[in-house]
Amino acid sequence: MRMPGIITLFLAIFLWGASSPAAFAGDADDDSVDVAHLLFSHIGDSYGWHITDWNGKHVSVPLPCIVRGSGGWHVFMSSEIAHGHVYEGFFIAEEGPYEGKIVELGSDGEIMRPFDISITKNVCSLMIASALLLALVLLCARWYRKNDAENEAPSGLAAAMEPLIMMVNDSVIKENIGKDYRRYAPYLLTVFFFILLNNLLGIVPFFPGGANVTGNIAVTFVLAMCTFIAVNVFGNRHYWKEILWPDVPMFLKFPIPIMQVIEIFGLIAKPFSLMVRLFANILAGHAMILGLVSVIFVTVKLGPVINGPMTFFTMLFGVFMDCLELLVAFIQAYVFTMLSAVFIGMSRQEEHAD
Amino acid sequence: MNLMLPDSGLLFWMTVIFAIVFFILAKFGFPVITGMVEKRTRRIDEALKSAREAEESLAGLAKEQEEMMERARAEHARILQDAAAERDRLIAGAQMQAAEQAGKLLEEARERIREEKEAALRDVRREVARISLEIAGEVVKKELASEEGQNEFLGKMLEEIPRLQS
Repeated sequence: MRMPGIITLFLAIFLWGASSPAAFAGDADDDSVDVAHLLFSHIGDSYGWHITDWNGKHVSVPLPCIVRGSGGWHVFMSSEIAHGHVYEGFFIAEEGPYEGKIVELGSDGEIMRPFDISITKNVCSLMIASALLLALVLLCARWYRKNDAENEAPSGLAAAMEPLIMMVNDSVIKENIGKDYRRYAPYLLTVFFFILLNNLLGIVPFFPGGANVTGNIAVTFVLAMCTFIAVNVFGNRHYWKEILWPDVPMFLKFPIPIMQVIEIFGLIAKPFSLMVRLFANILAGHAMILGLVSVIFVTVKLGPVINGPMTFFTMLFGVFMDCLELLVAFIQAYVFTMLSAVFIGMSRQEEHAD
Repeated sequence: MNLMLPDSGLLFWMTVIFAIVFFILAKFGFPVITGMVEKRTRRIDEALKSAREAEESLAGLAKEQEEMMERARAEHARILQDAAAERDRLIAGAQMQAAEQAGKLLEEARERIREEKEAALRDVRREVARISLEIAGEVVKKELASEEGQNEFLGKMLEEIPRLQS
């Protein structure tokens, strides 16, 4: 596929800054910091939630693994298969196409991938973020239910949430969709706060946060898919006419459906761009911060004269990057919501009165 | 590349979690908040509108009041003017009457003075006549006391008769 090729290139440029110290570290002896491994193990998903290393021991939160192998469903904690242990024939592949995933050794010695719906680190983080989001919004909604909002200014959580909710509702959703925005507002608001909260939790460097959720293609794929459905399922006649029989000269659409192919390509490209934009931005942010922090450990080898100043500047850059990521967390949530609203608005447009 | 391939397990959970979150928030979360805020916004708009209307009617009232005051001032001035005119008229009338009265009194006084004077003159004349008669009597008596005097008197009288007869 061509598009992923471009994305890979794009990613390579973003990851370059982070991966160069990794390459540098790779040349040194074995006990040097393996930045590439560190980076990718963070950016990717994992079965347990690794918190820290303490006196040479891994401290991690075990998470349930749910797999359906040859012998039916299996549920066990991730601690059972950590560090190369084998549990009921399941273990984590060290290499090969399923590297880092739970695999099963078949009867003929073949490595098989079972159907895997484990509660991984990303899933767990998603659940925490979702619970937090539900609590925030429902508590806020409770205030409006209990108090007379017409005669009282909101207080507490409602006062904090209201401006953000109304900002998205009024200047993003209402502006871009138009008259029947009310139908889509709950979806777009959910998307906005879902992305924002997951982005922000991703920046928090320790346990309940720090997972690279919105920088995972599966998550952004589902979100983009929802927008795709919202756009195309509820698109009106005019929208479909523009795609299937646009106002162009006949030779562009009849014997060979050139315009139709282009329009359908655009149909898919829109959610695809949504998916990749969010994914790449958050992934790049995580990679950059992690790469910067790694510089401190990589330069330890070079002695205190280099390590000291490097640590100082790395810290400075790290703070800068974290602030930037806070901004990106908001901007990406905003952009995703806004573009979704724009696409929905386009699918709801009425025919121009000529 | 591993990063570009969506993991089936995460895909499954993401779909389930997002569906649940969306369902709950779309039913119990956001519509409640946005609905209430929109209601409040409408109410505030209405309140602002009615405040504006009240302000306008207040301005109208102030204008009306101003007009009323203007009218009252005009009335006041007019009444004052009328009063002054009336006063002047009354004073003039009174003066005229007084002058008339005075003239009459003066006339009467003059009449009385004239009458008194005439009466006085009559008295004086009568007195003068009486005194002259007495004096004349005295003189006649004295003249008639002598012979000579009596003759002369007779002569004069005789002389005077024809003159009296003519």
